[in-house]
Amino acid sequence: MLTGNGMIRLEKRPQPSKKWTSITPFLAVLATMFVGGIMFWALGKDPIEAIRIIFWDPLFNPQFASYARPQILVKAGPLILIALGLSLGFRANIWNIGAEGQYIIGAICGAGVGLAFYPSEGWFIFPLMVIAGALGGFLWAMIPAILKIKFNTNEILVSLMLVYVAEKILVSVSLGLMRNPEGGGFPGSRNLQYYKAASNPELISGTGMHWGVLVALTLTCLTYIMLTKHTLGFQIKISGQSNKAARFSGTSPSVVTAICLGVSGALAGLAGLFEVSGPSGQISIDFNVGYGFTAIIVAFLGRLNPFGILLAGLLMALTYIGGELAQFMLGLPAAAIQAFQGMLLFFLLAGDILTNYRPKFTYKKRL
Amino acid sequence: MSNISLLEIDGVSKSYPGVIANENVKFTIKTGEIHALLGENGAGKSTLVKTIYGLVKPDKGLMKLNGNLYSPNEPRDARSCGVAMVFQHFSLFNALTVAENIALGMESPPSIDRLSSKIETISIEYGLPINPEKMVGSLSAGEQQRVEIIRCLLQNPKLLIMDEPTSVLTPNEIKTLFSTLKKLKREGTSILYISHKLEDIRSICDTATILRGGKNVGTCDPKKENVRNIAKMMIGETIKIPKKKSTISKLIALEVDCLNWVPRDSSQKQLKNISFKLLKGEILGIGGVAGNGQDELTDILSGEILSNKSTIRLFDNSIGDIGINKRRLLGLLTAPEERLGHAAIPDMDLIENTNLTAHTREKLVKKSGIIDWKKTQEFTKNIIKEFDVRTPNAKVAAGSLSGGNLQKFVIGREVLQKPLVFIVNQPTWGVDAAAASSIKQAILDLASTGSAVIIISQDLDELLELTDNFMAINSGEMSQKINTQGLTVDEIGLMIGGTGAYWKRHD
Repeated sequence: MLTGNGMIRLEKRPQPSKKWTSITPFLAVLATMFVGGIMFWALGKDPIEAIRIIFWDPLFNPQFASYARPQILVKAGPLILIALGLSLGFRANIWNIGAEGQYIIGAICGAGVGLAFYPSEGWFIFPLMVIAGALGGFLWAMIPAILKIKFNTNEILVSLMLVYVAEKILVSVSLGLMRNPEGGGFPGSRNLQYYKAASNPELISGTGMHWGVLVALTLTCLTYIMLTKHTLGFQIKISGQSNKAARFSGTSPSVVTAICLGVSGALAGLAGLFEVSGPSGQISIDFNVGYGFTAIIVAFLGRLNPFGILLAGLLMALTYIGGELAQFMLGLPAAAIQAFQGMLLFFLLAGDILTNYRPKFTYKKRL
Repeated sequence: MSNISLLEIDGVSKSYPGVIANENVKFTIKTGEIHALLGENGAGKSTLVKTIYGLVKPDKGLMKLNGNLYSPNEPRDARSCGVAMVFQHFSLFNALTVAENIALGMESPPSIDRLSSKIETISIEYGLPINPEKMVGSLSAGEQQRVEIIRCLLQNPKLLIMDEPTSVLTPNEIKTLFSTLKKLKREGTSILYISHKLEDIRSICDTATILRGGKNVGTCDPKKENVRNIAKMMIGETIKIPKKKSTISKLIALEVDCLNWVPRDSSQKQLKNISFKLLKGEILGIGGVAGNGQDELTDILSGEILSNKSTIRLFDNSIGDIGINKRRLLGLLTAPEERLGHAAIPDMDLIENTNLTAHTREKLVKKSGIIDWKKTQEFTKNIIKEFDVRTPNAKVAAGSLSGGNLQKFVIGREVLQKPLVFIVNQPTWGVDAAAASSIKQAILDLASTGSAVIIISQDLDELLELTDNFMAINSGEMSQKINTQGLTVDEIGLMIGGTGAYWKRHD
C-alpha cells in the first residue's frame, strides 16, 4: 500500500526559477490585500474601501494626495537607505537586525554636531553632520561586527539588543544633554528645521524630496553597480553561498562581516541624520518610528536587489501613509495596519518556496 | 542466486528539459544476485536508481517487484516494499551517536538501548564492526558507510542499492564490505551495485547491466567478459590509457619544512612534523585513509590556513604566512576535494565559478575592482572547450553538472592557469572512467611541461598509475618519500596503515 497520493507535491527545481523570483513579490502583495481584506472585514470594516484607502487614496484622491504624495518619498527615503545596507549583509548571511539602533545613534551623532555649532552659520556644518551621522551608525554596527569576528557571537542578538541600548541613550539625551535650553523644560532638542545651516529642507516644494531621498536614489544605482560589476559585490555574494568556497576564493569572512555590518550601520546612521535634520527636525524621546525594522521587510520584498528595494520602499511607504489614512478614516486600529504589513513579508517568504520548488498536482490512484 | 526475478524494469524512460536521462531501459534483478549497474557519469545511472528508490517518477515504462506492479511515490514507499539504499554521500549527523543517527531515520524507533543492542547483533552477524555509542564525527568513512548499511539492514531489505560504495574505502575495508555483501547474497538479498570500478565489479557481481546515454547497451557476466570490452560498452570507444613522460628536474619547486599545526576545533586533525621536497616536474602522491589530515594539509599548502612563514617555500619565496591569492600569483594552485561548496559554488554559474579562483592569476579583476566578466566568460569557454566539459553553455549552475563534468571544469580551471605547483585532492573521486582518464592525462601533461604536482588521494591504483614518488599520511604524520615504481597495492596498504619500514615516528 502506498501513501502520499492526492496531494500537491513539491518537486525541487534544478535551478531557482528566475521567473518566480520576480513574480512572487506581486503575488505576495495580492495575497496580502486579500487576506488583509478578510481581516478588515472581520474587524467590521468594508474591506474594499479599506484597501482602496490604503493603496489608492494617498496617490489619487484629490482630498488627500497633496499631503500624502510628498509623504511617500519622505517615508520611503530612510526605508530604502537602510534596506540597501541590510541587503548586503543578508546576501552574505550576516543578519543585522539592529538597524533601528544604528539609525538612532546616527541621528544623535549628526544632530549633536549640528547643535554644537548652534547658532553659527557655515556651509560646512551640514556636511559635517552627514559624516558624523554615518560614522555614528557605522561605529554602533561595528560592536556586533567585532564581537562576531573576535568571539563568534551571534550578530542577530547583539545588534537587536543594541537597539534597546540606543533607545535608552535617546531618552537620556532628549531629557538631558541635548534638551533645548529654550524649550521651556520640554524633552527634546532644538528643532534643526529652524537652524538653517544644519537643516535638511524639502528641496523641491510639494514633492517631499530631501537630501536623504537623493542619497537613497544615488546609492540604489551605486549598490547595483557594486553588486553586479565589482569584486566586492561578488565576494559578498559568494560568502553568502559558502564560507568554504569564499575562503578558497581568497575572501576573508571577517572582512566581509565587517564591511556588511559597517556599511549597513553607516547607511542606517545616514537615514537617521537626514530624518532628524529634516522631516522630524529634532531629537526627541519618540524620534524612532521603526524604520530600521520595516527596512528588513523592504529588503526582502525587494529581493535584496537594489531596484527591487527602491520599489519595495515606495510600496511600504504607501502602506504606511495609507494605513494612517485608514486609521483616521475608518478607525482601524494601528495594530491591524502593522499586521497588514507583516503579512506582506509572510506571504513573500511563503511564495519563495515556488522559486525553489515546483508544485506538482498528483491525483489519487490506487496502486 | 536463483532464477526468480525480484525486480523487473521494463521500458523505463525519463527525460528532463533538454536531456534524456533514461530511454527504454530494460533489465531484471534476480533474487539473491549482486547486479552491477555500470556507466559513465551522465549515463543515467543516478536517475534510474532514483526511480527505483522512489525519488523520481518515470515518464514511461513500468517496474515489477516480485511480480507486482511497483511504482513508489517516495523513498518511504520504496522502503516499505523492501528496497533500501546506501548513498554515495552519507546523510549522517556528525554530532550524534551511531544509534541516534539510525533512530533518526526510522519511522517508529525503539528505545536507544534496544536499538543499540539490535545494531550490535547485526554488526556481529554481518561482520560490520561498529560501536553504537560512538559519535559519527569520529568515525572513518568506511565506518560511516557501515552505519548506513546497518540502517538499511534493520529494514530487512529484499533489494539493497549501493551507490559507488568503494570510492572512500581502503583495501581492507573493501574486503570487509565485500564479505558482508556476499553474506547478504547468500541469505537471498539482492544487491544493485553501482560503480565504475571494473575490478570491483568483476570480483563481486554476478551480472552487469551497462548504461550509455540513458540506454541499456548490454548485459553480461562481468567475470567472463573481458575488461576492455566492458569499458568499450560503457563509453562507446576505447579508453585512452594515460601516458606518462617523466621530466623531473633537480630544482626544488616546493619545500615543506617541519610543518606542525594544531587545529582550533576537534573536528580537524593535528599535523605533526611534516617535511618534504617536491621537484620541478615531479608528481608526488600522498595516500591515506580519509580523515588522516589530508584536508588540513591541502588547506595549509593552498593558503586557506596560514602557518609560519618559513615552513613552506615555493622556489625562492617563503610563503607559509601569505594568503591564497598571493600564492596563486606566485604560481601555486589548488583543487580541493569537495567539489560542491568548496572548489565550486553549486548555485552559481560556471562563469562566476571561474572567477572564484582565476581572478588573480588570469587578471579577471581590473585595478579599480571592477570584474572583467567578458574576459571571465572567454576563459570559461576555454575551459569548457579544452577539457570537454559537457554542458549546454557556460551560464548553467555548477551544481547541475554531473560529478565528472564538474571535476573536469574544476581541474581545467586550475590547469589552464598554468600553475608552477599544482595540488589536487582526490582528482577522480566519484568520477566516471572516461572523465577520470582525461583528468589523469591532463595532470600528466601538466607535469611534463615542468609543473610540480601533488596528488592527494585514497585511490591507490590512481597513485600507482600517475605518481613518480609516494608518501603515506597517517594520523597527521607523513612517511618517507619513496619511489612509486615497484610498489604494490599491498605495500602501500601497509604504509597508509602507519606501519612498515618507511616510517620514522617522532614521538
